[in-house]
Amino acid sequence: MSTLRYRPLDLGRWIVWGATALLFALAPLMSDASFVLTLLSQMGILIIFALSYNMLLGQGGMLSFGHAVYSGLGAYFTVHALNLVGKGAFWFPVTLLPLVGGLAGLAFGLIFGYVTTKKSGTTFAMISLGIGEMVYACVLMFPAFFGGEGGISTNRVVGEPVLGLTYGPALQVYYLIAAWAFVSMAAMFALTQTPLGRMANAVRDNPERAEFVGYNTQRVRYLQMCLSAFFAGVAGGLSCINYEIVSAENVSALRSGGVLIATFIGGVGLFFGPILGAIVFTLFAIALSGFTKAWLLYLGLFFLAMVLYAPGGLAWLIAIQIPVLRARRFSELLWPYALALAAGLMLLCGLIGAVEMIYHLSLESAEESVIALAGLEVDVRALPSWLAVGALLAAGGVAMRHASRFVSARWHAIQQDIQRGAA
Amino acid sequence: MNGAAAIELLDVRKQFGATRIIQGVNLSVRQGERLAIIGPNGAGKSTLFNLISGRFPLTSGRIRLNGQDITGLPPYRINRLGLSRSFQVTNIFHRMSVYENIRCGVLWSLGYKYSFWHPVNRLRDVQRRAEETMERIGLARRRNVQAGVLSYAEQRALEIGITIAGGAEVILLDEPTAGMSRTETAQAVELIRTVTEGKTLIMVEHDMGVVFGLADRISVLVYGEVIATDTPEAVRANPAVQEAYLGGMHKEAAA
Repeated sequence: MSTLRYRPLDLGRWIVWGATALLFALAPLMSDASFVLTLLSQMGILIIFALSYNMLLGQGGMLSFGHAVYSGLGAYFTVHALNLVGKGAFWFPVTLLPLVGGLAGLAFGLIFGYVTTKKSGTTFAMISLGIGEMVYACVLMFPAFFGGEGGISTNRVVGEPVLGLTYGPALQVYYLIAAWAFVSMAAMFALTQTPLGRMANAVRDNPERAEFVGYNTQRVRYLQMCLSAFFAGVAGGLSCINYEIVSAENVSALRSGGVLIATFIGGVGLFFGPILGAIVFTLFAIALSGFTKAWLLYLGLFFLAMVLYAPGGLAWLIAIQIPVLRARRFSELLWPYALALAAGLMLLCGLIGAVEMIYHLSLESAEESVIALAGLEVDVRALPSWLAVGALLAAGGVAMRHASRFVSARWHAIQQDIQRGAA
Repeated sequence: MNGAAAIELLDVRKQFGATRIIQGVNLSVRQGERLAIIGPNGAGKSTLFNLISGRFPLTSGRIRLNGQDITGLPPYRINRLGLSRSFQVTNIFHRMSVYENIRCGVLWSLGYKYSFWHPVNRLRDVQRRAEETMERIGLARRRNVQAGVLSYAEQRALEIGITIAGGAEVILLDEPTAGMSRTETAQAVELIRTVTEGKTLIMVEHDMGVVFGLADRISVLVYGEVIATDTPEAVRANPAVQEAYLGGMHKEAAA
């Protein structure tokens, strides 16, 4: 049984936020490669975006298929503001420019959110999808403002540097994103601890009861939506500064789907879930895409596996270990976990082998039939390669079956003991 | 107890399709009065509550709360005007703790509305009111337990707790003892008596015995019509009531 604390554990909270700030500050020191900075910057942006998405899905119970509308339109308004600053139309520090994106997101949240949040559940999802498609169509219809297919490019190095910040070097942009991500995280966490944040949960769980304690559920959803759209807009503003281009892709269903997948993988039930999801999603999208053309397939399979076996997401997988750790029983799970991991790796190797060979056969030129997989030369036209892959898959599957039984037996035994101890 | 009406129903009617569920109910409940509505299954007791609390729209008629017309208002408006209700089927926030459930009932009434700038854990008045309410319903020691795992009787108590937490002057309880054992029922009646002290109470009850010592007056609802409203003793002695509701079983006892 979970015993939640209501008196804020100030010390613990300071440590967590302090460690997060430190991590953000030190992350670029991992490597000199520009690749790392690109990755970290994208993670920071997606962290804000996914957290804002979870204000709807996790906290408000609203499944949106069009959240990119708010980040994308935020990005468009930021790019115009940036270009105007560049032309000298007015002065505005680039550091605060994501605020323009946030306000644009908020404004469109006020407009579109009024329509979407009239209903909840499936109707909400359908309307959000419709608005997403509508905005995407509009973006292509009005090239004067949106720049058509090519989008609008910009130059973030404008005006007089404030405090020596030109935002020329990628490192400065990273720290801009990190600072905004940190502030946004703190703000969105604080929002969960307000009357609106608590009532958003109440409306998610039992809208009827919420109406009978004085709350207009529609208004709760609407306000939650507007605040969420603000942070989505901030994320959009940062992506504009980071990439120096904004195109129709920014408001597309692809982006809306992406943030849904990232948030879900991380876990919608816990505040830090979407942060994990954003990190993992970015690793797939940026790091993995450099190695293989099949990255989207792997992401899809991973998403599928999560939905099927861990619907609470990565955050949930971590959170459920905490009672076991508290009961000092985690060591009993190490061996089953290790076996499951080994089986999983075997399965994964077989899967990667099969996927890469099929991709090679269907996409690559016919003359080269040898590919390098994990340092091995594999001939995709030779029978032994396929036999090896098949054997890996079969052995991995069988091993996984046994390992998962082992894990679940131990797991249930421990859970029973913990419950008995609590009762 | 003063004479002003807390709740007034004027020729209230409700139809679902062609079926007439409530057929012209007139009822007046004074401030501070405890009224029980009894009647056989399907008499329309819960429907009447749903009409008063704004869950369903009326087909015709008017409802006044403290003299103000509340006909057609949404539930949250009626609640803000000082009427709070519980449900026959337990209707709580299952995934939240006992404390959080009660807090949901407190927030609006203390004026925090849709605030997204107050840190809710530092609101002393909210905390105090929630603690008091938990104390009164006897769930203070279960404050951190998730509502979904409480025992049935505890969930029923929580249901009442959420209802009274906002300090509404008019309380509607829909079969608060439904599904309880005899002992649990006796405890629940005592709980209802103490938490509604000085308030206007309307409660729906299936079993007349439960409300006998509690209610100042009893209304008997049969087929969507109030056939009698009187003191418990008079209602028990009323031949029409005996005929319609008690089926003549208590004739000798009443005599």
